Amino acid sequence: MRNTISFRIADFLQHYPPFSNFPQNELAEFSQEIAIVYKEKDAVVFDMDDVPHSHFYVVHKGAVALWNTHDDLVLDICDEGDIFGLRPLMANETYKLMAKTEEESILYAVPIEKFRPFATKNQRISDFLVESFASNTRNPYSKNHKGQLLGDAIGFHPDTAGARLLDLQAVQYSKEIVASTTTTTIKTIAERMSEKGIGAMLIEKEGLPQGIITDKDIRNKIATGKFPISTTAQSIMSSPVITYPAKLTVTQAQMAMMKSNISHLVLTEDGTLNTKAIGILSKHDIMLSLGNNPAVMVKAVKRARTFEEIKPIRNGVQNLLRGYLRQNIPMALTAKIISELNDTCTQQIIHLALQKMPSPPPVKFAWLAMGSQGRSEQLLHTDQDNALLFEDVAEASFAETQKYFLELSRHITVGLHTIGYAYCPADMMASNPKWCQSLSGYKKMTAKWITSPGPDEVLLSSIFFDYNRSYGDKELVAALSTYIFNTVEKYPIFLSHLAKSALMNPSPTGFFRQFLVEQDGEHKDFFDLKQRALMPLIDAARVLILAHNVTGISNTWERFEKLAELEPNNIEIFMACSYASKALLRFRTKQGLQHNDTGRYISLEQLNKEEKMKLKRTFKTIKEIQELLNVRFMVSRIR
Amino acid sequence: MRSQPHNNSPDFWKAYVQSFANGFPEKVEETRFVVLDTETTGFDFKRDRILSIGALRIKNAVIQPKDAFEVFVKQEIFASQTVEIHGIIKQEKAQQLSEIEALKVLLALLENAVLVAHHTAFDVGMLNHALQRNGLPKLKNPSLDTAILYNKILTRNERKTEGHYSLDALAEKYHIPKTDRHTALGDAYITAIAFLHILNRLRPASLKQLLKKDRPWEFWKSF
Repeated sequence: MRNTISFRIADFLQHYPPFSNFPQNELAEFSQEIAIVYKEKDAVVFDMDDVPHSHFYVVHKGAVALWNTHDDLVLDICDEGDIFGLRPLMANETYKLMAKTEEESILYAVPIEKFRPFATKNQRISDFLVESFASNTRNPYSKNHKGQLLGDAIGFHPDTAGARLLDLQAVQYSKEIVASTTTTTIKTIAERMSEKGIGAMLIEKEGLPQGIITDKDIRNKIATGKFPISTTAQSIMSSPVITYPAKLTVTQAQMAMMKSNISHLVLTEDGTLNTKAIGILSKHDIMLSLGNNPAVMVKAVKRARTFEEIKPIRNGVQNLLRGYLRQNIPMALTAKIISELNDTCTQQIIHLALQKMPSPPPVKFAWLAMGSQGRSEQLLHTDQDNALLFEDVAEASFAETQKYFLELSRHITVGLHTIGYAYCPADMMASNPKWCQSLSGYKKMTAKWITSPGPDEVLLSSIFFDYNRSYGDKELVAALSTYIFNTVEKYPIFLSHLAKSALMNPSPTGFFRQFLVEQDGEHKDFFDLKQRALMPLIDAARVLILAHNVTGISNTWERFEKLAELEPNNIEIFMACSYASKALLRFRTKQGLQHNDTGRYISLEQLNKEEKMKLKRTFKTIKEIQELLNVRFMVSRIR
Repeated sequence: MRSQPHNNSPDFWKAYVQSFANGFPEKVEETRFVVLDTETTGFDFKRDRILSIGALRIKNAVIQPKDAFEVFVKQEIFASQTVEIHGIIKQEKAQQLSEIEALKVLLALLENAVLVAHHTAFDVGMLNHALQRNGLPKLKNPSLDTAILYNKILTRNERKTEGHYSLDALAEKYHIPKTDRHTALGDAYITAIAFLHILNRLRPASLKQLLKKDRPWEFWKSF
């Protein structure tokens, strides 16, 4: 008998292939044959090598994981609307995987005998099945959207694809390294360069890269007579060399060269000076496969003489970002390119601001980006969060020194505002004396946060500790980082407080993974993507990485990748977190571009099924990482 | 509990009584549950009448929509328009039966199943009065009340804050769409999903133990 229940089943199924291809009235008829199955969490629906059931399954609510029990691997997680357990029925074989509920679930059990006639008589349904089995994916229609949070089907045009590829394409570099030592004479080096037909020679000491000598060095330093031809490499080499990891893309390499105004990059095993060189990349290598916009933009920014000139270029950056998201370029890469462009803009602003000052800086200083910019995770126009750090000076000259840097900071913040960064409403800007401090000033301030962590202190730490140097003296910044880590080590209770605050935002789903939306206020019934999904991950990464004493990584997914490396036993959860933070940032950025806002509040009605599913998938990860924090930092002891 | 069918009883009643002959299974998984809901003209057992009955069967946590049913009852004192107010599935002309025919369909599905409803006493009371009007004895099925069972899975604190256990509250709690609320089968479905959820939390070792949980006096005491 047709009834309310079978109509509801039909209502649900009509949204998902292959049922979406059923004629409407036949689907209602067909739905009467479907059984509703309730499964508690961790219930096995079928096991590997089981004789096939008389029906296959569609997830109505909840989630079902498909396991390869031999390798103990989850191969797929089926969410609402996904079908599973069909293939063995069509092929008349035993189940090749185990299906187990990830959470409390309601499944629709579809009898194969009732389904088969539809599959044979309806071409589109049989196409779906054939394609699904051949491609070995559960839902071949989702294949185009792989890794893409928004389901907008924007085509990948072959004519622009070539140019875009440069951003994805890894650089081709000469793997045959020609190197000399620091004590080799220039004459020998010049001879070897001519013999090998190369334009640059890597100079090593104890097998590690020390410097580089190029044709230009020989021209400028030897041929001019500044140094004798018998001098050693040590005295004329450019040092230290700029090193990068080998997985650099064409665009990144290009930008690295433009930024440092050099013609050669040394690629090392881990991208630092502390490991062996594995290749050299020249400007010429890049010219061969020259890419497009980002490099041109960097050039244009560097050429700018006024703040106003940078503004249109930075708008261009937003267009580039839009394009990258559409083309589905991996998020880590997109974020890297965009934040390098943003960094370049900031650097140029500082450069121009310095020219406005009556005198050069009295002491060394560094410009720090804080919060999301520090983490290289802010891709949209946003508020400024920055600080200035200067070298310690004698007490008598402190006031004067701070006054100089405050004035510089005012020029810089005005400049940043001009190109689209709004002033920080909380006045967390270097133009505020609190955030324009000497090294010992910051040491005093951070020590206070760490030793007596109240809610305000923890909040300030969570913004400040993600700082990243965008301009100025490296060592000054390193000294502050080292100090912070040493202090945290002495006061481990601080980590518990940080962890506690990371757990303040509860995991974002309820029963059957419903979205928890805002209960009241301006954004009632909207989902707060930042607070409920991104912040828990960002906060977790920070406290975990602090506990490991790792300096110099402020980006959330890079932190998780580092954590996965440090704790191989937790590799799965950390990699899942890394993936989730990238997916969520992509999501937020897309939403922001689409609605021309910060992308923070999401209207759930506007999301399609796939978007919701992908969001929900990240929530599980959030829940797991929060459980880990709770246990590891004994958060309950500070309640 | 076995009683001989009345000599003058109609065949369907005899069959219903006969179904109790083999007793009840020991395990919950083997037990047939029938979840039902009635829509009525009011709350007075004597004066008010049943307008529709929705029921579905659960066995081993599986619901077969095929043998779920929803019937609309022709009542002499009420015009058919009244029935429509209570919601008839748009796509199809509702089946309208006389009271005795409706009871007959219900008893055929019910047999010796364990009856489940939300505030069971009301539905069973309405049905028993209808049976009585048609010269039949009362229902013989053991019953469970989801309102009472739900109370059992709450902590002491939750009992204080959650207060009452309306079907709406359960639907919200378990995120069951309320699209079909106030249709007999829609409500029966909500009750069924809530029941399965509660069952999962209670995990009774046997049917006997499950039936013991349904103690109204303990329920009332908790207020």
